[in-house]
Amino acid sequence: MIREITLGQYYPVDSVLHRMDPRTKLFGTMVFIVSLFLANSLAAYGVATVFLVLVIRLSKVPFSFMIRGLRAILFLLLISVSFNLFLTPGTEVFRIGFLRMTWEGLRLAGFMALRLIYLVIGSSVMTLTTTPNELTDGLEKSMGFLNRVGVPVHEVSMMMSIALRFIPILVEETDKIMKAQMARGADFESGNLIQKAKSMVPLLVPLFISAFRRATDLAMAMEARCYHGGEGRTKMKPLCYHRRDTMGYLVYAGYLLAIVLLRHFS
Amino acid sequence: MSIRAEHINYLYGEGTAFEQYALKDVSFEIEDGQFIGLIGHTGSGKSTLIQHLNGLLRASSGKIYYNGEDIDQEGYDKKALRSHVGLVFQYPEHQLFEVDVFSDVCFGPKNQGLSNEVTEQRAREALIQVGLDERLWTQSPFELSGGQKRRVAIAGVLAMQPEVLILDEPTAGLDPRGRDEILDEISALHEEKGMTIILVSHSMEDIARYADRILVMSHGEKLFDAPPKEVFRHYQELERIGLAAPQITYVVRSLKEKGIALEDDITTVEEAKTAILRLLRKADGRA
Repeated sequence: MIREITLGQYYPVDSVLHRMDPRTKLFGTMVFIVSLFLANSLAAYGVATVFLVLVIRLSKVPFSFMIRGLRAILFLLLISVSFNLFLTPGTEVFRIGFLRMTWEGLRLAGFMALRLIYLVIGSSVMTLTTTPNELTDGLEKSMGFLNRVGVPVHEVSMMMSIALRFIPILVEETDKIMKAQMARGADFESGNLIQKAKSMVPLLVPLFISAFRRATDLAMAMEARCYHGGEGRTKMKPLCYHRRDTMGYLVYAGYLLAIVLLRHFS
Repeated sequence: MSIRAEHINYLYGEGTAFEQYALKDVSFEIEDGQFIGLIGHTGSGKSTLIQHLNGLLRASSGKIYYNGEDIDQEGYDKKALRSHVGLVFQYPEHQLFEVDVFSDVCFGPKNQGLSNEVTEQRAREALIQVGLDERLWTQSPFELSGGQKRRVAIAGVLAMQPEVLILDEPTAGLDPRGRDEILDEISALHEEKGMTIILVSHSMEDIARYADRILVMSHGEKLFDAPPKEVFRHYQELERIGLAAPQITYVVRSLKEKGIALEDDITTVEEAKTAILRLLRKADGRA
């Protein structure tokens, strides 16, 4: 019934990108996002497109999975494109009533749309090739320097990975309780807003109770295994860089350089 | 009057990389008043199968008929179907939500659109049927013990007065006494009210004791569909798919190997007792 959460959905295949260190991928995503905001010419977007296409090919994840995340921003995309199309001053292409479309608007809207779409696809590449656990591991290690200024990095990343781990469990639980109540004749679809909100009570109360039950169980299980926070804690699989990561960083450097150069010489 | 399933297939994650058969060409017919035991290893498709029978899941292909009517046809009243075919999920106590036991049991009949009077009447009957002490009716369901919660949840489905009652491992996690009490109540519903029962269970002893027909599922397919004695004769095949025959069957088999002439198809302790006593009396008579 509810199985359509793409963000953070890992696609299990074996590729160079999957084997890469999560820090490399995090950094790469950042570089890509920055490059999108630096790019201001067709050539620069061409370079970004080639980069993205190559990365997608490398990841071995089907393209249809990449664009799933786009559904979520479809509305935002439509609004920003139409605003840019009609509200940018410049040479007129045509006019319907008070709406006038300009060449400048067309260019701006096109770039804006590309930027948003690439942003979503770019970050999907990371989440599709990295398990949530790797991701939080990577974040924890790369943010480690914040520990010195008193930010509890380990605790925050532990909370993050627990939260991520619980999303599918709670989705499944919701599905189960929904079905159980439907078996008792509950109706979650019809009725007006107030009736719908009321019909959520038989779903939300059991869900909350089970979430709390799971949380206490988990806390107990962690304590039983002597969890005491981040201090002195070692890892079973410590992150370490390989040759492919060095390659990755070199590719990023080259890519970013190309984008910066294109910005300066156009 | 029956449930008939014809060539049911069910695919998980259709159209994704994770596509997997949960049910594969399953067909059967369940007549009114039968007591069916549904067994199979974990992940064999039992829970998926029973959710098809009251229309919570829709088969990827194949048809299900309730009283001769296709339940997936346009305009079929699924809400009515769900009140005819009651489904008690695994750990049903997790679905409780109301402020007190009595109103929780009223939830089902209220959804059926019955008047307050009839609703309360049915809730009372259901709570008496499951044998829950009347003093507990006004308490919060969350203050009860595990076994009591389970009874409240079962009463919540019974209050809709279904013709078919499906129970998914109703005794999981209960102590032996709670287990026997719940099974006896289910058996009473079958015998006194003529309710059709489908019982999913991992306890071969329970199945052998109550069911008059067993469906065995394995990897989404129906492996056997026969009376208990016949099914448990295939104990080697059952063991291969992670199941077994009731323990007493193994005892009887060892006794036979020692040269004691017992019948082949003993599946309950009661039967074994009668058979052994008969043999002893015969031996006494000869002496």
